Formats: sequence, C-alpha cells, structure tokens
Amino acid sequence: MSQSFSDVNATTQYLTVNLAQEEYGIDILAVREIRGWTPVTRIPQAPHYVLGVLNLRGAIVPVLDLRLRFGLSREDYNATTVTVVVTVAGRLFGIVVDAVSDVLDVENSHLRPVPDMGTAVDTEYLKGLTSIGERMVLLLDADKLLQPQDAQILDTALNAVGDVKAVA
Amino acid sequence: MSTVSLAQFHQVFFEESLEGLDAMEAALLALDQGDGDAELIHRIFRAAHSIKGGAATFGFPEMAAFTHEAESLLDELRDGRRAIDGPIIELLLRTVDCLRGMFDRAQAGQPLADSESENLRQQLAAAVGRTIVATAGQTITGPLATNGWIIQFRPHLGMLAGGNDPLRLLRELAELGTLSVEAQLDRVPTLAVLDPAECHLGWRIELAGTVTRDAITSVFEWVEGECDLSIEPVSVVASPIEQGSAVGTLDKGIDAAPAPIMQNIAPKNAAAGSNDAGSVRVGIDKIDSLIDLVGELVITQAMLDQFREDFDPTRLALLQQGLAQLARHTRTLQESVMGIRMLPIGSVFNRFPRLVRDLSQKLGKQVKLEMVGENTELDKTVLEKIGDPLVHLVRNAIDHGLETPEKRRAAGKQESGTLRLEAFHRGGSIVVEIVDDGAGLNREAIVAKAVQKGLIPTGENLSNDAVNELIFQPGFSTAATTTDLSGRGVGMDVVRRNVVDLGGNVAITSHPGRGTTFTITLPLTLAIIDGLSAAVGNECYIVPLVSIVESVQLRADAVRSVIGGGELFRFRDAYLPIVRLHEQFGCVGARQHIEDGLVIVVEADTGRVGLFIDELIGQQQAVVKSLEANYRRVEGISGATVLADGSVALIIDVAGLVRMQSRRRAA
Repeated sequence: MSQSFSDVNATTQYLTVNLAQEEYGIDILAVREIRGWTPVTRIPQAPHYVLGVLNLRGAIVPVLDLRLRFGLSREDYNATTVTVVVTVAGRLFGIVVDAVSDVLDVENSHLRPVPDMGTAVDTEYLKGLTSIGERMVLLLDADKLLQPQDAQILDTALNAVGDVKAVA
Repeated sequence: MSTVSLAQFHQVFFEESLEGLDAMEAALLALDQGDGDAELIHRIFRAAHSIKGGAATFGFPEMAAFTHEAESLLDELRDGRRAIDGPIIELLLRTVDCLRGMFDRAQAGQPLADSESENLRQQLAAAVGRTIVATAGQTITGPLATNGWIIQFRPHLGMLAGGNDPLRLLRELAELGTLSVEAQLDRVPTLAVLDPAECHLGWRIELAGTVTRDAITSVFEWVEGECDLSIEPVSVVASPIEQGSAVGTLDKGIDAAPAPIMQNIAPKNAAAGSNDAGSVRVGIDKIDSLIDLVGELVITQAMLDQFREDFDPTRLALLQQGLAQLARHTRTLQESVMGIRMLPIGSVFNRFPRLVRDLSQKLGKQVKLEMVGENTELDKTVLEKIGDPLVHLVRNAIDHGLETPEKRRAAGKQESGTLRLEAFHRGGSIVVEIVDDGAGLNREAIVAKAVQKGLIPTGENLSNDAVNELIFQPGFSTAATTTDLSGRGVGMDVVRRNVVDLGGNVAITSHPGRGTTFTITLPLTLAIIDGLSAAVGNECYIVPLVSIVESVQLRADAVRSVIGGGELFRFRDAYLPIVRLHEQFGCVGARQHIEDGLVIVVEADTGRVGLFIDELIGQQQAVVKSLEANYRRVEGISGATVLADGSVALIIDVAGLVRMQSRRRAA
C-alpha cells in the first residue's frame, strides 16, 4: 500500500537533449558524463548509426548517433555537437545529440504513454512522454538504444521504420 | 558468535586442505611408482593431520571423524607396522577422492557424509583392525560401552576471554565417542545484567565409547584452571543417543547449541563460496622484486621532482637521463606485475598422473606418462580454462590412441605406451603438446564415418590435414561403442572451441602406427601484445608482431588475379592470397594500387595471407582492451588499444582474417 503511494508521488530526473527540433529525456541516473564531440575510431561491420569507439579513461566505449539511429541525417559534427555517455546494464555507450538543454523533474504520475504517432522515432525506444507547460518531452528508454547482440534485429526493425515513414 | 567468526576462515581452510589433498595424491602416486621414500609417508600423514585438525576446529565433525580413520591407518604405515601395498594405496587414493567430495559438499553447504564416505570409513577402520557401527543421521556411535564417562564442565566466567571456545571442546569430545550434552543454565543471570563476554553456562556431558581418561583430559588441557571439571566413569551401559536429543535440550536454553553447528555454518559458507573472486598464490620473490622496483620508481620520481623547483637548461641531460630511467622502470614494473598473473603449468599437469593411472588400469593398458616443462608459466586465466581441454585430449590419447599391450607387442612396439605432455615457449606463444606413440588416427574409419554422417561425399580424395580436421566436427566419433570415457562425440569440437576462445589453436599430426601429436598453441598473456601499427587510409590498425612473417613491397605484375576476384602473389614457394584490408574493413581513402602500399605476410595456424596496407607506422606495445565489454565481438578484430595520443586503434585478429578470407574464397 505504502509502496504504491510513494511510487505515485516519486519524481525522476531526466536530462533533456535536443534532436531535430524535438526534446528527448534520458534518465539522469543512467548518464555518466557529457562531453564535447571528439573524433572516434570507426569499427568495421558496425550498424550505420554506430559511429565508432572512443577512449573514455581507458575504457573502449561505442558511440551511436541518435539522429542516425532514428533514421535522420546528420550534416556535420562540430564543437557544439554533444556526446552523452550513459551506462545501461553495466555497459557504457555514448549517444551523440544536437545539444543538451535541461534537467527536468518529472513526477512519475505525469508520465503519459506514447501514442502511436507519426514521429521519426519508433515508439519502442520511448518509455513515455511528459509535457512541461507547452513543451513536450519524449523520454528515451536507454536500454533499448544499443543492444549489441540484437544489432541485426534492430537493423531490420529500423529498416521497417524507414518503410513505414516512406509510406506515410 | 563464534560460528560467524569461524565461517570467514572456511575459504582459507578449504584452499589449504585441497592443496594438502593434492600433495597427498602426488605422494601416493609416487609411492605407487615404487618410490620408497619415508618422507612421502610423512608428507601424506601431515596433510591428513592438518585436515583433521582443521575440520574439527571449523565445525566439520564428519570430515574430522573420517580423516581420523585415515590418519590411524597412516600412523601404522608411518611407524612401519604395516607394509605399503597396492590395495592400501588404492584405499588411500579413494580416501583422497572422498575428501575432495566432502569439501565440494561443504562448499555447497550440503551434508558432508554420504553412503560412500561411510563405507570408506568402515574400510579404513577395518584396515587398522577396528569396526565402527554406523547409524543413520551421522551420529557417531561407538559399540555399547561399558565404561563411558560423565563429564561435568563448568567454565569460569572469564574463560572466553582467554580465546577458548567451549563449543570447540565439545566438538573435540564428539570425536572420541558418542556425546550426549546437557546444558546447565542455572547460573545464567537475567538479561538485564548479562554480560555477553562472560560464560555463564555449564555442561553435563555423557561420553559413550572406549575412551581413556587421558584422551579426555587432553581435550581440556588448554582450559585447565579456567573451569571446574570433573570426569567420572559410568558403570551403566550407555545406549547410543541421537545427537538430536541433545540439540533439543540446548535449544531451549540458548541458540549456541554445539550440535547444529554444521547445519548453521554450511549455508553461510555456501554464500562465501559463490562470490569467490578467485585468488592467486604469488611467490615471495616476485613480491620482493615488485617492492624493489617500486622503491626505484620512487627514487626516480624524487629525482625528477627536483626539476619542478628550478629548471636550469644546463641540466637538460640530467632530465633526459631521469626520464629514460623512468621509462625503464615502468616497463620492468609492468612486466613484473604481469608476471604475478603467470603461474606454472605444472599446477594443471599435476592432475594427470592420477588420471593416467586410473584410466590405464581401467582399460588394461600400460601407460608411461612423461611430463616436460612443468615450470612454463601461463596467464592464470588461460591456465584455468586449459585444464578441461587437456584432460579431454589425454583421455582420448589413452582410450583411442594407445593400444593394448597385446596389440603393441604384435606391432613390434614396447608393451607400455608412452604419453608425453610437454609445455614450452615458442615466439610469443606457449605450446602444449600431447604426444602418444599409439596407433595414430585411423584414416579409413574417420573417412567412413564422415561419409556415413554426410559430412563428405563418398569417394572424395581428402588430404591428411582435411581428414584430421574432420575429428573437430561436432558430434564426430569413430568409437564403435560408447564408453564412459569417450566416444559420445562431444569433445574435440569443444576442445577446439575452448582453445580458440583463449586466442589459441589446436593442430594434429598423426602417423599411422607411430602415434598422434596434438599441439595446442596459446597466447602468453592476454593483456599486452607487441604489435606493428599499420596505416590504412586515415585509420590505424595494430597487427600482432607474433603473427607477422615478413613485409614485402610488390610490383603490380607480381600479383595474379584469379577468377572470382581473388588475388594471389608468390611468396617463397607458395602462392598466398592477398587480403586488401581497406576492402575487408571498409576504410576510405586507402591506397588502391598494390605497388603503392605494403603487403604484410601474416601467419595463423590455418594458413598465411598477405595483408595489403598503406604503410607501417611503427612498432609499439599495445594494452589489449576488450571491445566486447561495452560493444560486441567484431570479426577480424581481436580487441582495441589506446594509442599515445589517446585515440583508439583496433587490433587485428589474424586468425579471424584468414578464416574470413578462406570463407570468401569458398563462397
């Protein structure tokens, strides 16, 4: 009883990042650090959205571009491009986004399910959305962004997303 | 509580005891070989004695009782009252096995004794001319004793402060015979005034069994003067009493009952065993050299530190000298630290004398085991994983490779076959060879089986290598009947996979009638490699130095194109395929013409290829980092490393590339 009561009122902090005029939230507990863009070392046979690996104090960390992940294109990588390093299930990886904007407190009760919408993002990678005033923030499910074992399945899934977009 | 403090020592006790068992086994096998050294028996006795003492102290009464019987037998052997013969050695070897089983069960928190250990205990006792009547429930029951003892044991308040644990005393008593214990709680004060550091309990102990008064007083030797003790004989016939009833009595009073200790400790210990992070025993000389090196490093650092205060350009030479020293020390330190992980392969080889002895007896074959290079050191991780593949190969060699004495005689060979295990360094690798002088691989049987299984078409003419390769196929076995040793067809493929997982490989050479050699090549260490950095386009890859044969610059006309898009070039007496690294890895901006770049001839056990790259940048040491830790396995890449400028370079997996190449050719 008390458990569910506290759950309803609990808030989770999200780091919001900008990507193609939309705002996404990443659970702040998963965020390890935010760093400026540094060139990465390309890995052969990687999915197109995995840019390569970088050296994070001795750990070899793969970096994926969220734009490419969601089927968008990226013009260039410059000084304002930001890499957010997150850790999910003990694995570290970097997510390249356009910019980092804010830290949001979201009450868990304000979390809304994602409607099936015509966004560029497959709703599978979202765990919900919330609105702050006029702003709508899509909350990312970081676990689902990079699953190396399932990379191929994800590739097919992404292609399918591309097809859906083409149809729409 | 005392059980808690004891449980933390269990892991150490297990480790030491298992080492003791290994020593016992080795000594027994040496005795079996006819080595009559009296020191061997002493060694066995000492090991058994330590295990018995430890088991009693750490709350494993069944183990103590079991070892006690073995010790009695060993005592007779040691005093020369009994000759050492085959059956006794066999019995003692089984005792060692049984104790290993007990330790396994103790670590898993299961009851220690089982029917086998009980049976063996009877045999041990019978060997020294005694009999034990055993009952279920692990109660140690003596024959109905006419002269048991009643012991009144009442520790003084301060006895615990002296480090004496009454529970240990009770356990020691339990070794002597059947114990019935009643706690006397009459002096226990109310909780409000109770000092937990004082002992308020007393015990009335009935000890059944033929025990001398001396044996009892020796148990209480250490608490003399710290307790009130009376020991009186009973004249009545003591009936065996289940320990459970004593537990009941005690449980009423306080939860420190002696009898349930084994039940209490076991689960705790299981928890300790599951999060066992593993440990390494390091020679004191290695530690000493590390300390020396760190000392040197501190001195160098102090010397360089002077330059921070005032740097005078005239002292530049001194600074350079200091930096050179620093580089040297760092390198030596690095080597020494890596050396800590290196353990002699002998620790894996040690299990084979026993295995070979048991197997050869079972199969009626005569096998002489030779072991060479036991001191060759290997990385601990590699060492732990190489044991099972080696056991498998040794079993195979004895079961399939070596013939029975009759067959050997008929073939004009010595009746006893030779199995040689040899470990040595070759280049940057460790090579382990398993050599037998048996019949060799049966080519016809292998081919017939492969045809039957549909692996190869009928009538195909295969090279010897291709035939040998067949036995690494999953599910492949030529054994006509499945024995409990081998022939189930699980094995060689697993052996190869285990070795390949370690970055090594397995090769076979076989000569009909003369025997088979399995050669396992393993990397010396997994952590640091010497490599050449190669530029391809604007990228940099590390090629492990050990796999490089030569690098050559080819003229365009030295390359022959073959149908299907492959390229070959002549290297010494062979034509090797060219792997264009930029094509394989999809690099952009790389040189396209063969005469503009370099071809590095690399070698894996599966063959040689020429890697086409732009140019070589230089030689460097690479600390191997895993790509899989945060990403996944990439074919043709064995890992990554961090370059001096902080960027990442990928390390080429030569064996993987050769495999990719041959697959491409096959496709």
